[in-house]
Amino acid sequence: MSFGRMHRKEDARFIRGRGNYVDDVRLPGMLHGAILRSPHAHARILSIDTSAAEAHPKVRAVITGQTLAGLNLAWMPTLSNDVQAVLATDKVRFQGQEVAFVVAEDAYSARDALELIEVDYEPLDAVVDARRALDEDSPVIRDDLEGRTSNRIFDWEAGDRERTDAIFAGAEVTINQDMIYPRVHPAPLETCGAVADFDKVTGKLTVWCPTQAPHAHRTLYALVAGLPEHKIRVISPDIGGGFGGKVGIYPGYVCAIVGSIVTGRPVKWMEDRSENLMATAFARDYHMSGEVAATRDGVIQAIRVKVLADHGAFNGTAQPTKFPAGFFHVFTGSYDLQAAHCEVTGVYTNKAPGGVAYACSFRVTEAVYLVERLIDVLAAELGLDPAELRLRNLLKPDQFPYTSPTGWEYDSGDYIKTMRMAMDIAGYDKLRAEQADKRARGELMGIGISFFTEAVGAGPRKHMDILGLGMADGAELRVHPTGKAVLRVSCQSQGQGHETTFAQIVGHELGIPADDVEVVHGDTDQTPFGLGTYGSRSTPVSGAATAIVARKVRERARLVAAAMLECSPDDLDWQIDESAEGRAGSWAVRGDPASRKSMQEIALAAHSALELPDGVEGHLDAVTVYNPPNLTYPFGAYICVVDVDPGTGQVKVRRFVAVDDCGVRINPMIVEGQIHGGLADGVGMALMQVMAFDEEGNHLGASFMDYLLPTSMECPSWELGETVTPSPHHPLGAKGVGESATVGSPPAVVNAVVDALAPYGIRHADMPLTPANVWRVIQGDPFRTDLAIP
Amino acid sequence: MQVTITVNGLPYTREVEPRLLLVHFLRDELNLTGTHWGCDTSNCGVCTVQLDGVPVKSCTVLAVMADGHEVTTVEGLERDGELDAVQKGFMECHGLQCGFCTPGMLLTARWLLDREPHPDEGTIREAISGQLCRCTGYENIVKSIQRAAEL
Amino acid sequence: MQVPAQFEYARAQSVSHALSLLDRYGPEARVVAGGHSLIPMMKLRLAQPEALIDINDLSELSRIEVEGGELVIGALVRHAELLASAPATGLFPIFQDAERVIADPIVRNRGTVGGSLCQGDPSEDLSAVFAALRATAIIEGGDGRRSVPIRDFHEGPYETAVQAGELLIELRVPATPGTGSAYVKVERRVGDWAVAAAGAVLSVAGGVIERAGIGLTAVGAEHFCAPEAEEYLTGREPGEEAFAEAGRIAAEHCSPQPDQRGPADYKRHLAAELTARALRTAMERI
Repeated sequence: MSFGRMHRKEDARFIRGRGNYVDDVRLPGMLHGAILRSPHAHARILSIDTSAAEAHPKVRAVITGQTLAGLNLAWMPTLSNDVQAVLATDKVRFQGQEVAFVVAEDAYSARDALELIEVDYEPLDAVVDARRALDEDSPVIRDDLEGRTSNRIFDWEAGDRERTDAIFAGAEVTINQDMIYPRVHPAPLETCGAVADFDKVTGKLTVWCPTQAPHAHRTLYALVAGLPEHKIRVISPDIGGGFGGKVGIYPGYVCAIVGSIVTGRPVKWMEDRSENLMATAFARDYHMSGEVAATRDGVIQAIRVKVLADHGAFNGTAQPTKFPAGFFHVFTGSYDLQAAHCEVTGVYTNKAPGGVAYACSFRVTEAVYLVERLIDVLAAELGLDPAELRLRNLLKPDQFPYTSPTGWEYDSGDYIKTMRMAMDIAGYDKLRAEQADKRARGELMGIGISFFTEAVGAGPRKHMDILGLGMADGAELRVHPTGKAVLRVSCQSQGQGHETTFAQIVGHELGIPADDVEVVHGDTDQTPFGLGTYGSRSTPVSGAATAIVARKVRERARLVAAAMLECSPDDLDWQIDESAEGRAGSWAVRGDPASRKSMQEIALAAHSALELPDGVEGHLDAVTVYNPPNLTYPFGAYICVVDVDPGTGQVKVRRFVAVDDCGVRINPMIVEGQIHGGLADGVGMALMQVMAFDEEGNHLGASFMDYLLPTSMECPSWELGETVTPSPHHPLGAKGVGESATVGSPPAVVNAVVDALAPYGIRHADMPLTPANVWRVIQGDPFRTDLAIP
Repeated sequence: MQVTITVNGLPYTREVEPRLLLVHFLRDELNLTGTHWGCDTSNCGVCTVQLDGVPVKSCTVLAVMADGHEVTTVEGLERDGELDAVQKGFMECHGLQCGFCTPGMLLTARWLLDREPHPDEGTIREAISGQLCRCTGYENIVKSIQRAAEL
Repeated sequence: MQVPAQFEYARAQSVSHALSLLDRYGPEARVVAGGHSLIPMMKLRLAQPEALIDINDLSELSRIEVEGGELVIGALVRHAELLASAPATGLFPIFQDAERVIADPIVRNRGTVGGSLCQGDPSEDLSAVFAALRATAIIEGGDGRRSVPIRDFHEGPYETAVQAGELLIELRVPATPGTGSAYVKVERRVGDWAVAAAGAVLSVAGGVIERAGIGLTAVGAEHFCAPEAEEYLTGREPGEEAFAEAGRIAAEHCSPQPDQRGPADYKRHLAAELTARALRTAMERI
């Protein structure tokens, strides 16, 4: 089998409980760390007394910011060229910030010892509401940065302001809508953690850590800790979900490393769920104000956007350096516009750092939500069906490659076909008829549409780097004498099934069974450099690298085959025989297909005593580095049907239709699984997930009792459809799909709920649409979903 | 305190602190790391094991409370080299991605099928409603359990 | 992972043994059954008992039986057992309604009826159910057993009539035939605590309501009940208008607190709406 529904290789261990996650790593003599965190959102640290904790019989070390300052490790660089406190020295700047690290003989004692540390705080006013962060009287959070007098991090713009303003000035119809994409958290079921083992004799540091970007971590550790990079080995074992939350380096990882250096023993640190929700990378927190200019008959001309971006206390967003708002400026979406402009202002608040996480494709999520809500507001203004309005404005196939008003080059698409398929599966006209009947009876039913275009696979190194590291990925392929292959890649699965799909790519290219290909990943000592798995970049970048390295091997095999068949390589054709047993590839003499050599025969010959022509190396191994020429642009059309109880505000998602086009699908089973998961995310974000804060900066979603994730009961049975528009520049025509559904689904759900509430004259409601929120929206008295409910 | 807990059919006697959680007893004392933990509040269900044949959240059971009782973990599902039907169902229907919730889901699925050999979709969804999955949107977990019922 | 602080542990063999253990370990000891309220609190170190008395072996507290015209539900009955109990749910479908929405199936396998009541959480479901049913709590201490009407059982948030050294034994509900009952809950998500919930128990004679029981949770209803609304309904013809008015009266006497589940006005609205809905369903079930 090459491409197709192959069962996953990795399942064999997971279904037996034989996965190896970071907390399963046990080393002889291993100690356990725990972090003392700030109860305050903003406070000056007056003193820290660790003496009682140090006296605990099982405690081996207590590390504070002061200890780290002595090692020049109290602060570490973030992925956005800011610095973040590893352990606070001067102030704490968000509730849950790291203050001290205890290392003890066992995890229970480490937790006990935290209670013995006394910290004297002087509480300060907290900046909680991003909209107040730039007020004159707002406390300056980052007084550690020299010369800083406000909480403004950056102002950034994209698009053509003049042209956009001119279109708005002359537009027949304009609409505007403010909206919040609230702060959420990816909340993988496995929290973050690390095992650090520093060998004083060899000077080698080994860190087991569930990182989505092992190589980037290695380089950053070298920069942070000043250790030589060849003496650092990062091992990313099985990861219990990442979703973008396991890209950055957290203070706990650095503490575990320092703990190991200080004690000379391996140190494990695992955060608990509250720590995970309070201190690791949040996502979104975008306060957006959007406007659309259109003609009266529904031709969209321009979009203008202002954004206030809450980045928390340290600017740690994980996106390519040149884009402080990520790829947000892809907000013109799937539509044919004349002009667009956005301004984004980033601010510090007394909340945890992060911002780019949670399957957001570097903030395409926020962009898609904005434009898809705006389209529905415009449809309501024009009295047009939202499907019809979209059909009138979607890009046409002959417009690709399409350069958007903000400078993106969309690679390929057939949007109307995809939209029509979603409408057919949903039975759109019937649904509208049912809705009309229900409305006549006073029942609330809503139909919501979202059409999204994603921008994934970062990215071309001339445009994209993270902390100066270009976003190209390596791949190494070894073919053993018996024709079995080992692929080594830098990307890191968190459930995406790379061990299966990447083996399928190699199998496809070499004409050998995917079962004969072992995929090695997650160990920096064993894999080539690359930037990791996030932003749906594995298949677009590492997948392309894999195809290309396999093609290099195939070309080397051609030379060997020519020597074996005593002909010119130019006289050979690559031949594939599909059979029930699988796919067999061979080099065959043109015009004489019976004279051929299989990949297995060639592999053996390449390692044998066969005399090879001058210039032809033996063996078949190859390496490559793939620098993508462009991003890929998967897209899709989603339709959600909801019922709303007007007496209670409860929303029930009745149906959800998702038609995705991610180009060529290597393993459709895995692609569909990825989409299912993202759709559940959309239901979660639209209906329940939120991290709100009270006025003192207390986190109101710091456990799974308060930060709600959807269960099997809130999710309908997803109805999927598929169109295939290959990417013209990806060697396999594939586009990446990991985040499509998370990006595309929230606006479909929100649009459906708002559509259900149309009889009340409602055009917008902010996420999450909890029963209380929906009821208050119906009353015409909505509350701020990102703050404490008054 | 000394406890004896029968895990996957074998009795294990250990000296433990009364506060030791069952999930840690399994993971740290017996090295059965197939049972995971994901929250502290008995919400996520990745720590689900069977206690006397009934699924419970092992992060909210003390090891001492299980003294004298029987526990089944994911490691106990495979018998004599033969996978349980639920394990096969999850493999065949792509009922897992990152694998973190899987052991708990398998143990609940086994319990459900023991009580109700052919559950409908609604029954399955309700049975797993105390266990979160962040990857699958539950679709293929439901299908996997339906498939296991056929095996 | 969060872990509890240290404590001593003893497993009781009988009710009298449990009481003697409680006596021995003193007021800082806590009883543990399912542990699904207590252990998470201990992990957060909000509760730090010096000793836990495990009552899971007290099978005499696990019965669900009709006895002397009363439905008896032992304190150690697991939520899943109550949900599956034909005698209980046959008499009072309100148990089925409520138990299906208490936490989740796995928690229900372990959590107990008595534990839920003794935790005294102001958003707890069974407190409203038993209040609607006018149950009696049987409590045993060194001085023997005593009966406490359920509407006197909860003395405030997280405070109950069960004193140090005492044990909740069982709940007794008059097994009145010919009643209808129902429970309606609004939650943000399956398994969440109630935003608000209402239970209703009705009996009708001669075309008028003979007796009404209304239980409310999470809305600041004193003792989880709505006596003014019950009084209004008594002797009145059942119907939409009466139920809506009863809901309005019940809501008027609530003092809901705003939190992330909802603002106070919404919870008050739900008290009215859900009371009316529960009454309607209860009426249909007579």
